[in-house]
Amino acid sequence: MAMAARRGATANRGQLVGILRGFSSSSSVVDSWQKNKEGIAGGKPLNLFSAINQALHIALETDSRAYVFGEDVSFGGVFRCTTGLVERFGRKRVFNTPLCEQGIAGFAVGLAAMGNRAIAEIQFADYIYPAFDQIVNEAAKFRYRSGNEFNCGGITIRTPYGAVGHGGHYHSQSPEAFFCHVPGLKVVIPRSPSEAKGLLLACIRDPNPVIFFEPKWLYRLAVEEVPDHDYMLPLSQAEVMREGTDITLVGWGAQLLVMEQACEIAEKEGISCELIDLKTLIPWDKEAVEVSVNKTGRLLVSHEAPVTGGFGAEIAASVVENCFLRLEAPVARVCGLDTPFPLVYEPFYLPTKNKIVDAIKATVNY
Amino acid sequence: MAMLSRLASRSSHLGRTLLLPRSLCCSTGGRHFASSAGDEGPTFTVETSVPFVGHRCEPPSREVETTAKELMGFFRDMSLMRRMEIAADALYKAKLIRGFCHLYDGQEAVAVGMEAAITRKDAIITAYRDHCIFLSRGGNLVETFAELMGRRAGCSNGKGGSMHFYKKEGGFFGGHGIVGAQVPLGCGLAFAQKYLREETVTFAMYGDGAANQGQLFEALNISALWDLPAILICENNHYGMGTAEWRAAKSPAYYKRGDYVPGLKVDGMDAFAVKQACKFAKEHALKNGPIILEMDTYRYHGHSMSDPGSTYRTRDEISNVRQERDPIERVRKLILLHDLVSAAELKDIEKEIRKEVDNAIAEAKESPLPDPSELFTDIFVKGCGTEVYGVERKENKILI
Repeated sequence: MAMAARRGATANRGQLVGILRGFSSSSSVVDSWQKNKEGIAGGKPLNLFSAINQALHIALETDSRAYVFGEDVSFGGVFRCTTGLVERFGRKRVFNTPLCEQGIAGFAVGLAAMGNRAIAEIQFADYIYPAFDQIVNEAAKFRYRSGNEFNCGGITIRTPYGAVGHGGHYHSQSPEAFFCHVPGLKVVIPRSPSEAKGLLLACIRDPNPVIFFEPKWLYRLAVEEVPDHDYMLPLSQAEVMREGTDITLVGWGAQLLVMEQACEIAEKEGISCELIDLKTLIPWDKEAVEVSVNKTGRLLVSHEAPVTGGFGAEIAASVVENCFLRLEAPVARVCGLDTPFPLVYEPFYLPTKNKIVDAIKATVNY
Repeated sequence: MAMLSRLASRSSHLGRTLLLPRSLCCSTGGRHFASSAGDEGPTFTVETSVPFVGHRCEPPSREVETTAKELMGFFRDMSLMRRMEIAADALYKAKLIRGFCHLYDGQEAVAVGMEAAITRKDAIITAYRDHCIFLSRGGNLVETFAELMGRRAGCSNGKGGSMHFYKKEGGFFGGHGIVGAQVPLGCGLAFAQKYLREETVTFAMYGDGAANQGQLFEALNISALWDLPAILICENNHYGMGTAEWRAAKSPAYYKRGDYVPGLKVDGMDAFAVKQACKFAKEHALKNGPIILEMDTYRYHGHSMSDPGSTYRTRDEISNVRQERDPIERVRKLILLHDLVSAAELKDIEKEIRKEVDNAIAEAKESPLPDPSELFTDIFVKGCGTEVYGVERKENKILI
């Protein structure tokens, strides 16, 4: 996984490394990010898996009833997110499970129902489907069906998602939309190391079941200065990464970096783009998006998951409902194609920066 | 066939320097796996390395009948599989194969032994470590390497990759990525076979990691309830990725895990034990319903090409197994013991295999990548009438 991630497949993904390295230096993007974090600044350059690792260390340190478990987490995990945990906190708090996702999820629900913080890892989001019943029918509805007598709010499921250059059908999927459709769950997706640490701690401490999708492409590729201390970022609060006046772009996770590049290109053609990181997909920050769309009059949503039924559809419908008279053009969705995630065709399937630029131009010139 | 009659008569040294007849040496095109008719050569009995251990069943005898032809076939086929997997390793490191690649070297005896006991009308389904099973079911080297490299000439037209090899005419139902998901599917195949009344069975293969999946037990219960001719083969190579079996399973006696379903523990590094067990299992399944075969086997490579395979087991362990239990060496010793051919001739066969593999790789490399339009084919049945957006611009719509 490590070797493969470094040798990214497509050209535009390859450029990400250059852009991401720029984050540690003084680009205007970084400055605005640091401003938005309000006092959260400094720290060492860390990649995504190290930031997540730090968050897990802090979570276990600050709550003696927090547990981390999943397939192969003991030795550090296939993406190194859980390194050092078992050495520090012991086998009773950090342990491996057999190969059974349904078991892992069900077990986590039970553990959380007794008031513990169950931080379960599903090794790849593509494997989450055996656990789907436990998550949707058990975890999401526990508080509701027991009339608040019981709850499993302490459950956090962490899972790597998204394209990685060569993952094929079963190591690249983005299943977030399935879970956004379930009242009772929260879905959170970070875009960078410092975001991931703050968001993950917030998810773990949130008293509701949360699924935390980690963009696996960025585990090694994204390097950013991450503060050492314990900090949380608010859930259900979107962030305007880049201000603009002509069109609003909404995205999450690794896709934001592609959208960023598209914004740069559009800027050169005189189109001012506002880029919003949704961060929490459900419950999502409708207000922030609406404020932005009311300013620009145009919306474009982009995600790696297939376009039909993807979460972009919900955002589009909601914005049309609330900002209809303000809209100057139909909402554009630049997403994965309606095919299974392909093997050799990955560059064709993905919503690349060129597709986004085309859509920006088409929307602005509508 | 003249050569084999010379083998039978054990004539002078002069007779043995001739090359083996064409029936035992195949081209890169279609292969016939120990299935062509003709002079089989002398028959003899081989004893399996260890006795079988039964669970709720009387284990079969350790004495296995075989012929010279079959023995030579085992040697050739396993050597070909070994060579293919090693070549795939090299291709992966050269980045001609990308994505995931799970190699089977060390486990070849399971593939050849099973094939020797069954027909092409019996079905086999397995997980992602499927290159050699594909070969034993009638796949050829060119379509294997082409599929690994994602090319058009591949068995799945380049759209599946390493984990998704299929061969309909060979009764091979693939090639699956999600651990354990192929087992209920396999039991479903057995269900269909029961309706067909053709005296065929399904071998649903899985590993020691998958043995802990809930869906396996669901499938087993239904198969037992409805008396399906389903044979579950647990290829226990003792490590589920990096997790040793004793750390994942309360009971690593996988052949017993069916509880009310009978089971047999088999030395999976002994092709004859595998053959005997599969023959026994097929007879059993057709009469009495499901049975579990646990193949005690070992993989030399790590879980996949991303795994060095040495962080969770010692290099000593790996070399010990190679020395004591290697399936190809076992067969080589038997061949030499029974004086079928000389050691030099065996080396010649291996050299020929190397060339065959190299030629197949060269041919596979010539094959182009699939056309981009293939991205949209086979999602639904052709002519479904759905629109999908084209490759570059939203305006390009394709009707699939």
